[in-house]
Amino acid sequence: MLGDATNERRNETVPALHDSRRPDSVLVNDWHVVAFSKDVEEGKLVATRLLGEELVLWRHDGRVHVWKDLCIHRGAQLSKGWVVDGTVVCPYHGWSYDRAGTLQAVPFASGYEKDKLPKGLKAVPRVSVYRGFIFASLADSGPGLEEFLGTAKASFDDFVDRAPGGELEVAGGVFKHAYNGNWKLMLENHLDGAHPAWVHASSVAVARGAPEPGKPGEEHYYDIAVRQMRQNGAPDSVWEAIGMWTTPHGHGYMGDYHDDSRLVTGLGNPVFDEYRGRLVARVGEKEADRILRVTLWNTIVYPSCSFMSQFRQLRIVHPVAVDRSVVTTYSFRMKDAPAQMFRDTVAFANVVNGTGSWVLTDDLEVYERLQRGLSSGAVDWVYIGRGHGRDVKEENGAARGATGTSEIYARAQHAAWLRYMSQ
Amino acid sequence: MNVEQFLYHEARLLDTGQLEAWLELFTEDATYWVPLEQNQKEPLETSSIIHDDRTLLELRVKQARHPRAHARQPLARTVHQVGNVMVEEEKKSEIKVNSTLQLIEFRNERQRVWGALVEHRLRRAGDSFRIAHKRVDLVNSEGELDGIAVLF
Repeated sequence: MLGDATNERRNETVPALHDSRRPDSVLVNDWHVVAFSKDVEEGKLVATRLLGEELVLWRHDGRVHVWKDLCIHRGAQLSKGWVVDGTVVCPYHGWSYDRAGTLQAVPFASGYEKDKLPKGLKAVPRVSVYRGFIFASLADSGPGLEEFLGTAKASFDDFVDRAPGGELEVAGGVFKHAYNGNWKLMLENHLDGAHPAWVHASSVAVARGAPEPGKPGEEHYYDIAVRQMRQNGAPDSVWEAIGMWTTPHGHGYMGDYHDDSRLVTGLGNPVFDEYRGRLVARVGEKEADRILRVTLWNTIVYPSCSFMSQFRQLRIVHPVAVDRSVVTTYSFRMKDAPAQMFRDTVAFANVVNGTGSWVLTDDLEVYERLQRGLSSGAVDWVYIGRGHGRDVKEENGAARGATGTSEIYARAQHAAWLRYMSQ
Repeated sequence: MNVEQFLYHEARLLDTGQLEAWLELFTEDATYWVPLEQNQKEPLETSSIIHDDRTLLELRVKQARHPRAHARQPLARTVHQVGNVMVEEEKKSEIKVNSTLQLIEFRNERQRVWGALVEHRLRRAGDSFRIAHKRVDLVNSEGELDGIAVLF
């Protein structure tokens, strides 16, 4: 039985349930972050990927259009083309399309029977933007984006509200890491407070032996990351006390884990004071306090997005095959924040989330071990029953784990997956 | 020891698992940098695959020795093939050396191949050298890469 305390292992290992050319219906029906609004400028074509399909985005008269990335003539990638006079031109034979995707210019037109020409492109059925994050859904119908996000909207709000200039921009390079494992394994890890002491034991140990974080003005480049690695070794009581929430769509978020005093340019640091000052200047004292009191850690927007609003990192998992996933990791710069805050974001990405980091590499090793273990066929079920039967329903539709290490997040993810698969 | 022999010596230490001896080659103010982007200009506002000062490099070696370093125990078997060694600039204090690296690693039933342009800044120390700066530009740094636990 799925969505209860166990998860059938075949979900991760049977190719028939994961054909990359016909993605799981759970994935097709849901909303996925495909780009960031600021990156899609007028007159520019942006290539992106969704569930193994290539997409092209462009903006015209302020509105974002998302299409399958191929020309209906011979199938060449449109993203390699250009925008001219409000049309997208294919670089292969010069066919062009307007914003509705309707075919416009066709060179050598007299060579075609006009009524037999294809009419237009395949647009992605639904596109919606929330706080600058562009979402797309491959399904024609289904819940709207805000209903889909539910209470997880607050995590995006936190992400953006923290910027003194009210905006984020992707900056500092994009990590693309891969592992030989199912996409679900990553999502089942990011809210798991019971794994760091075990999986990250080696980075916790070396971080404890690292130099103490420097006083204001004497900080080390790596202080923010060393603090995080040490935090991974927090006592069990800390992990049990954090908040762990899930939503009916399988999203989850962790709270009350970090507060700003644990950030390097945090409370008591002149850089943080400057940052807070700029935030206050824009939103006022009361609102700034409210924003900074939100202490959300990892948020998962099931089934493909995971982010850390306080640390300004976002990851998207792309299923490539049943046992192969690619993850893109983005860092964000907060508009009008002191430069040092973005430098901390970059240092954090390098040491914690980067492809050659101390922390991520151990997670990837474990995902591959899971894939190999589950592929053995020795058992039909795995056990995700920590805290089962003690979940607390909240009024807003969310459910809270009885403790911070409850496996409620995994049960919520598999319940969402089962519901979509049975539709 | 000439520059070429020194680079071979460094590679040999890595290929024979002598990480602590390798670490000792670096000066106290050394940096070890594997940029994420091609032609990356700086390491503070753009991410890097590895951007370590001497302290972080030491932690990196210590982690590799930790019994629960899952991605590093056991360490990958490696061959560092150093080539095209050219002294780019020779000053009294430092020698800038360019080279190429082909690295073959084997771990978990998988062999991986890396190619990189490498820059060393070396300081004379007795009849040998110490490394003040090492930059490794992987040809596929912007590609989709499985976790990286080797030292280049």
